[in-house]
Amino acid sequence: SVSSSFPFSLLSISSSDETNTIDGFEDILEERRNSSDLKYALRCYAPVLYKGVTPCKANMLKNIVLQSDQLHYVINQVSQESGEAPDIIQEEASVILEEMAHRLQISTVRFFAFALSKAFKTLFQHVCVNEEGIQRLQQAIQEHPVVLLPSHRSYMDFLLMSYILYTYDLALPVIAAGMDFMGMKFVGEMLRMSGAFFIRRSFGGDKLYWAVFSEYVKTMLRNGFAPIEFFLEGTRSRTCKSLTPKLGLLNIVIEPFFKGEVFDVNLVPVSISYERILEESLYARELLGVPKPKESTSGLLKARRILSEDYGSIHVYFGQPVSVRSLAQGKVNRSTYNLFPRHIPRKPMEETQSFVNDTAYRIVRLQEDNMVLKPWVLMASLLLQNLEGLELSVLTEQTVWLRGLALSYAAFLDWPDHAPTAKVVSSSLALHRGLACVSGGRVSLVVGEPLGPVTPEEALFNRAVSVLSCASYRNQVLHVFLRPAMLAVAMLHLSDEVYNCFSFLWDMFSNDFILCPGDIVQDFEEACYLLVKTGAVQMPQQDIVMTDIGQPTLSFFNGLLEPFLQGYQVVCRYLCEEASEGLTEKQYIPAVRSFYSVLCVFTGNLRCYEVLSSDMQKNALAALLRMDAVRKVKVADQVTLIVNKMAVNSIDDILGKNRMISHINQTQISPGLSLVAVAEDLYRDGLTPSYIR
Amino acid sequence: MLTSDSCLSLHKHGSSMASDSNSSESQRIAQQRLRIIAGHLQKHKDDDSGTIATECKAEANKGTVPRKRQEIMKWNGWGYSDSKFLFNKKGQAEFTGKRYRLSGMVLPSLQDWFENTFGASVNHKSPATPALNASAVPPASLNEAFVEDLKATGIPFSHEAEDRVFRAHGHCLHEIFALREGKKFERVPDMVVWPNCHNDVVKIVELACKHNVCLIPYGGGTSVTSALECPPEETRCIVSLDTSQMNRILWIDEKNLVAHVEAGIIGQDLERLLNESGYCTGHEPDSMEFSSLGGWVATRASGMKKNVYGNIEDLVIHIKVVTPRGVIEKSCQGPRMSTGPDIHHFILGSEGTLGVVTEVTMKIRPIPEYQKYGSVVFPNFEAGVACLREVAKQRCAPASIRLMDNEQFQFGHALKPQVSSIFTNFVEGLKKFYITKFKGFDPHQLVVATLLFEGDRERVLQHEKQVYDIAATFGGLAAGEDNGQRGYILTFVIAYLRDLGMDYYVVAESFETSVPWDRVLDLCRNVKERINRECKERGVQFQPLTSCRVTQTYDAGACVYFYFAFNYRGLADPVHTYERVEHAAREEILANGGSLSHHHGVGKLRKEWMKESISSLGVGMLQSVKDYVDPDNIFGNRNLL
Repeated sequence: SVSSSFPFSLLSISSSDETNTIDGFEDILEERRNSSDLKYALRCYAPVLYKGVTPCKANMLKNIVLQSDQLHYVINQVSQESGEAPDIIQEEASVILEEMAHRLQISTVRFFAFALSKAFKTLFQHVCVNEEGIQRLQQAIQEHPVVLLPSHRSYMDFLLMSYILYTYDLALPVIAAGMDFMGMKFVGEMLRMSGAFFIRRSFGGDKLYWAVFSEYVKTMLRNGFAPIEFFLEGTRSRTCKSLTPKLGLLNIVIEPFFKGEVFDVNLVPVSISYERILEESLYARELLGVPKPKESTSGLLKARRILSEDYGSIHVYFGQPVSVRSLAQGKVNRSTYNLFPRHIPRKPMEETQSFVNDTAYRIVRLQEDNMVLKPWVLMASLLLQNLEGLELSVLTEQTVWLRGLALSYAAFLDWPDHAPTAKVVSSSLALHRGLACVSGGRVSLVVGEPLGPVTPEEALFNRAVSVLSCASYRNQVLHVFLRPAMLAVAMLHLSDEVYNCFSFLWDMFSNDFILCPGDIVQDFEEACYLLVKTGAVQMPQQDIVMTDIGQPTLSFFNGLLEPFLQGYQVVCRYLCEEASEGLTEKQYIPAVRSFYSVLCVFTGNLRCYEVLSSDMQKNALAALLRMDAVRKVKVADQVTLIVNKMAVNSIDDILGKNRMISHINQTQISPGLSLVAVAEDLYRDGLTPSYIR
Repeated sequence: MLTSDSCLSLHKHGSSMASDSNSSESQRIAQQRLRIIAGHLQKHKDDDSGTIATECKAEANKGTVPRKRQEIMKWNGWGYSDSKFLFNKKGQAEFTGKRYRLSGMVLPSLQDWFENTFGASVNHKSPATPALNASAVPPASLNEAFVEDLKATGIPFSHEAEDRVFRAHGHCLHEIFALREGKKFERVPDMVVWPNCHNDVVKIVELACKHNVCLIPYGGGTSVTSALECPPEETRCIVSLDTSQMNRILWIDEKNLVAHVEAGIIGQDLERLLNESGYCTGHEPDSMEFSSLGGWVATRASGMKKNVYGNIEDLVIHIKVVTPRGVIEKSCQGPRMSTGPDIHHFILGSEGTLGVVTEVTMKIRPIPEYQKYGSVVFPNFEAGVACLREVAKQRCAPASIRLMDNEQFQFGHALKPQVSSIFTNFVEGLKKFYITKFKGFDPHQLVVATLLFEGDRERVLQHEKQVYDIAATFGGLAAGEDNGQRGYILTFVIAYLRDLGMDYYVVAESFETSVPWDRVLDLCRNVKERINRECKERGVQFQPLTSCRVTQTYDAGACVYFYFAFNYRGLADPVHTYERVEHAAREEILANGGSLSHHHGVGKLRKEWMKESISSLGVGMLQSVKDYVDPDNIFGNRNLL
């Protein structure tokens, strides 16, 4: 079965090879450095719109929404259910809309154009945009309603997007933003006036809210008033791995196509790659349980200090517009919408749901594919496999090797032309001096300087911050290596059942990585193809065998995934051996954290810091839930986790019998000591919170 | 002499169809005289061909259509041989003949419109093969025993190539294109029979069953669904049963306002004959010049004035059908019955798969006292549709109300004959100025609705006011009777225009659907866009013309009619390209909540969507009726299922 559909994989790979060029980017800051920002902010702005539509004033838009059949239907429904008069509900709807709606004003946009020009020039060396993508976008905007789907790594993302579109004289988007921004009174209003509209983070059962919201978005889309922009990932990825896409908004923007209200909808994936992320260490702390600082204007002002640092360059890649019509061809039968009035809200059919889900994954993969990678992400991947540090010369040598591997796997790598490798490595290290340092010819991670004496837990925490920060760079390259890496792990650990093992890992990690549902065979073939291509394996007949020269590649891949394997194992161990009966969902994350820190304290040489990341813990739990090894039960207001220890144990087994956790368990912890008891003591004493100070 | 005489009477008819039907008494008498003369001549001719008069041959045949259709009609195009559009030496378009209002007129703007719309040129001709190459027609494979038995009945028949080829096709683009190109038909009927009455049909069907011969009923030959195409896999002798000579009104019952009519009668004859008695059916499908009553029943036809008179299913009181199992008819003429599912509905839309409709009792109405055309200009299609929807909501639709989109509006303008006086020119100019400059209508957006009111004078005027008032609330401006009338003339000549296009590398076709009101706009926009896109993807070098109009209004929706044409220069297989585009357009229609057909039917062209349209259970129900009525598939045209 492996070889039968091989030509297909060959095709798909070679086609992505073509995009493997970093040319065609234009640095939009260059002009800003050479001409007046004020003139730029005040210049004539006259974008072409969708089929020459006349722009719609924000107030008119609100009226269209409030008078829509869709909203009227829900208003009457809610009125009947609640016994309130429709007028009152209508008024409520109006208030919701008021809270939500954007008030895009060109004057505000001009203000941002000016202010951001100043800020960007201070923060970044370059802001590079692929010109071809801009041309494609300009074309698409005129033909069909456009939905911009950028990756989300930073608060900067949406301001940056609008800034770029303004620069290229393209229609300014309206952007779905979380309500949390509204915490910053003034800034929130500024954002609103630059095209943001605000949605509550959760409004699960609120029919009216949903109706207002979806009708608002659809009205803008149907009429083509402005491109709609939102983040498929739902929130900023703190790990720099793409997040599992959220489907709510995508469903909303695709539905008008299924209902025939528009001929097509163009989805434009946009990949925004930061050489250094502004929120870098903030994210690591957040992942370790320091709560996210509430958005506040004063907080933003404090953040001014970041203005003094160098954040390298940004690459923004506008992808090929994806036609929903072409995607849906043969997958969704639109005539199933014929027998139901279109203004009555309806849960999408199963066929549609799986289409939207599939689409979302594909778009996120497109985002990944077009992320521009810097040499540093390769170096970070190597450093994380050598936490004790390594010789600069070795690092340089391995980086060059890894560069070759990445390029042959079609990574979108921005490696400076004609620069000696040593220079590339040293300038990367210079830019990321907060993360890695060279001393005595050895490169190692920088660990935050503790003030005064530290407990072992605090030391652990500091170490974890630096590992997680570094991991956020390694994570950027994972999508390139993921599939062959899973195959490598499968080969090294269970060489007789490679495909089964691969598919187990694929399933297990499908919350951590973007693996399109149903693509398992294709991914396997791709993995085989890539490993064969680089000579790491051979495939005589149906077999997969490592070649003589394959060892470095396979062991690098194995090392790449090691933190994830170990992390999942820690979670499994915890659930099997230490989790108490009534473990609630809320307790789960701190409990795993304590469990791990106790392990560390006892053993002293554990290296899987990443399991301390709430992201990994959540993903591991989600995987176990999906695999029915853990169930959620709602008791009163608490969600309790019921662990099927047999199942978890066997998953743990597959993850690797010979891994260090079991080793540690058997040898280093005296059988008389209850880990749970220790962990609970620590937790009760408030030790965990002390990490974060 | 025969031809010229009947032409004269037809010409009068033709013009009366396009103008108010208040023909003077003297005209009526003259017509009657001509008819009698024509009747004599016809009889004389019948005697010549040596047929035996049957008992149902009591009266002389007074129908328009002779057995040799090719004597008055084009063998490779639409309508009468004497009527066609052409670009004269000066490059100006004119319409030949004398039958229609446009006949003999020069249309000065057509050339510009034609060349600009299609990127075509009057210098690039794609002429048709001048005559049928009889040797390229597959030889008749006759069932000798059947022929022997048939001869004994005295029913006329023929196996000449011209007769057979004429009945091997309808008016689908691919069929006409093949004729023009002189392409060989894979399968044509092996013979043609012309029954004169119901009993003749009974005999023919009995013989067909006895000798296992395949029968394909043929009425007016205006099918656009490949319904008349002979299944290539049919190995039996195929007999085309041409009903054109069964064209008498057998009786008129003025007490109940019904008439009993032979089903082969064509629309224009039916109306003409009823008019002589002061009645009409009011059933006026666009093809009524040539289509037959039996064909209407077999395809569930719809007439332009259905708002007053109803569609064919509303008009029919009783149907007689000859099937392989015998004759289906009801026992009474009650106006409505609760006797299980209406068996008429097995017949209506059966598309010749069950038997031959021989006689129909249908409703008649006194000729309306007064008729008035009208038109309304709207700033855009959206406003026009909203107005039609409101008219339907208030149930005050005139006899006919149609909304043409901007493309069709411009097309209609291109068909304006040369204006004779400077004054008319001046008035036209003023009107245009008023609408576009004063009222601010964009000439590339505005659309026009054409109206036809019928009834007694007072009520018509009242009705007219009501409709114009509604139109005004949607920004509509009354645009005069002339514009309205011109719209309806277009209906009758459009099929002739396709032939003109085909002379200059332009292929064209129409198709229709019905759709709920709330989806009309979306469907029109998406189907047009789909056509444009498919053309581009399939290598059509020139921007196609896509145009639509809303031709019927119902309580819950409307009928939408599309025209689609493109310049095919540079395409290897234009018909194939055309067919793929039409296929895509139909899929788009279905995806947007439109029906498979409003009145054209399914034929073989749209069979593939039947299951999707009526469910496989529904198809099974129809199949079981077919299996019972015609177990040996004598009526083997393979339409519908």
